[in-house]
Amino acid sequence: MDKFTTLTGIAAPMPLVNIDTDMIIPKQFLKTIHRSGLGKNLFEEMRFFPDGTENPDFVLNKPAWRGAQIIVAGDNFGCGSSREHAPWALLDYGIRCVISTSFADIFYNNCFKNGILPIVLPQAAVDALMKDAENGANARLTVDLAAQTVTAPDGTAHPFDIDPHRKHCLLNGLDDIGLTMEKAAAIQAYETQIAQSQPWV
Amino acid sequence: MTGTPEAHGPRTLYDKIFDAHVVDRQPDGTCLLYIDRHLVHEVTSPQAFEGLRMSGRKVRAPEKTIAVPDHNVPTTADRVNGIENPEGRLQVAELDRNARDFGLNYYPMNDVRQGIVHIVGPEQGWTLPGMTVVCGDSHTATHGAFGALAHGIGTSEVEHVLATQTLIQKKSRNMKVEITGRLRPGVTAKDITLSVIGLTGTAGGTGYVIEYCGEAIRALSMEGRMTVCNMAIEGGARAGLIAPDEKTFDYARGRPHAPKGAAWEAALSWWKTLFSDEGAHWDKIITIRGEDIEPVVTWGTSPEDVLPIGAAVPAPEDFDGGKIEAARRSLDYMGLTPGTKLTDIRVDAVFIGSCTNGRIEDLRAAAEVLRGRHLAPGVRGMVVPGSGLVRLQAEEEGLDRVFTDAGFEWRLAGCSMCLGMNPDQLAPGERCAATSNRNFEGRMGRGGRTHLMSPVMAAAAAITGHLTDVREMLAETA
Repeated sequence: MDKFTTLTGIAAPMPLVNIDTDMIIPKQFLKTIHRSGLGKNLFEEMRFFPDGTENPDFVLNKPAWRGAQIIVAGDNFGCGSSREHAPWALLDYGIRCVISTSFADIFYNNCFKNGILPIVLPQAAVDALMKDAENGANARLTVDLAAQTVTAPDGTAHPFDIDPHRKHCLLNGLDDIGLTMEKAAAIQAYETQIAQSQPWV
Repeated sequence: MTGTPEAHGPRTLYDKIFDAHVVDRQPDGTCLLYIDRHLVHEVTSPQAFEGLRMSGRKVRAPEKTIAVPDHNVPTTADRVNGIENPEGRLQVAELDRNARDFGLNYYPMNDVRQGIVHIVGPEQGWTLPGMTVVCGDSHTATHGAFGALAHGIGTSEVEHVLATQTLIQKKSRNMKVEITGRLRPGVTAKDITLSVIGLTGTAGGTGYVIEYCGEAIRALSMEGRMTVCNMAIEGGARAGLIAPDEKTFDYARGRPHAPKGAAWEAALSWWKTLFSDEGAHWDKIITIRGEDIEPVVTWGTSPEDVLPIGAAVPAPEDFDGGKIEAARRSLDYMGLTPGTKLTDIRVDAVFIGSCTNGRIEDLRAAAEVLRGRHLAPGVRGMVVPGSGLVRLQAEEEGLDRVFTDAGFEWRLAGCSMCLGMNPDQLAPGERCAATSNRNFEGRMGRGGRTHLMSPVMAAAAAITGHLTDVREMLAETA
């Protein structure tokens, strides 16, 4: 997994609430057995017309946001299915950070496994950053994970909270499985005990 | 046990199950939770197995890992000859190979026990009270009906569970949803779960595990309880739970993988301790009178867009904040005009099935409404049993004849139209009365329009060709 430390980039405004995982990556693209290559189908049904041509009204198709690495989104981003294809598609497209007032639980977890930083901020801060994002390439946001801030083009720094364990893993690009493997003895002890007390498990 | 905290004071059911599975607890509250059952399907697992192979890791507990293809299997009889779609075929072939190579419990596509993973797990007795159950699928919440802590995970976590049989977790908060009293005739478990989401919204449960309780919940069958818990995720909750009782034990008793003899007795004595203690702390409590719940349908493209069948399509101005624009977009997508009576909305298709409502009781209820009646002209109907065994049971009861006599297609088991990964899809603009769980844009096929409802409501819509209050038909029958 790639580390996430700091990021300065264009932010795309997507004020729609409840952007679900079917919108992020529709099911026809879940038939892959690989993690990569999903970026071309990110937001497929909003981004492209049924004939495959680009919808010029969709934010990521407008010149000012084509190079976006950040999304500022409406409430409850990523609701719906557990498909990790959603963060894979975002990452493959080049999105490394999503900012919203709230995220769906499973999507939020999945982001951290893929080097994407989901940032939860209060409504007022999201509203302010949404306005900044509307200025496209003229207004870049800076995200500093170590300092836990999102800095607006005018220098306003919005502090955010993040779980310390997740922050540590993201900053260092750490693989969870490797860390858990170090606790193999504790897992073994648990299994031994359960085999006696709850043999049906 | 390493890291398990001392029990202090009254605990909720969630607290008890969580505590019983802690392998390691860090000072910041990050826990390593042991996973008792890992369910696997073809769509969210190939990358996880690929990861294991690349790092030379094994599946730590193959005997606790259960695999079944469900998402993109065809539901037509010709599937015995293989899957036509090359990508779908490859995914199922990968699952076949992974199950064989890693020694998993496996129900292949043409095994009679195959079905939707969340129906197969309970049916085969893999899902039992007090367990932790995960699957790379958000509707894993279904298994909470047994008093098991069950939730969806992403593919990276699937790989983590395969390799370590644990999951890194932080404790969620406790929410109690109490449904008091009794449901009125024509009102079902689906109406309960949709009504709760309509009230709390799709993010109302974020950060919580919900325990459903109250007289109306206790009165539900196991099938109904699974329907309620299944959609906990649509309310944003990590998991939904219902405390086990005699109905739960009766359901589990004698299932192929349920304990037998002395082990059953030992299990039972532990399961009987699985309830929320008097005085346990709740971070949020919601109470709904069962008598106030009506048959409901969704009108929009979010499961929170719920209204009683007697209502009319709302206007965007009826909402606040970001929901105004979302409602405008939903109405446009759904092709609906504010003020239209819900019962005036015509449907083109009816889908009965899914992990929400694809169990025997659902088919019985729908068949009861359809018996002696027929699909409205121009409406197509499809029934997709949740498993091969549900299908067999229904055929033994003659339900298949009721459906086919009514003009429905009687299909083989799978997720089918609920997410449209297989050939079962809506055409653009086609409107469907569906017993599934998501009405998202494009969910059942690009441009397809989904109205969520109970099996009896879907059956009623099938007969009249428009959204219908099933209670009017029950009155006719009575």
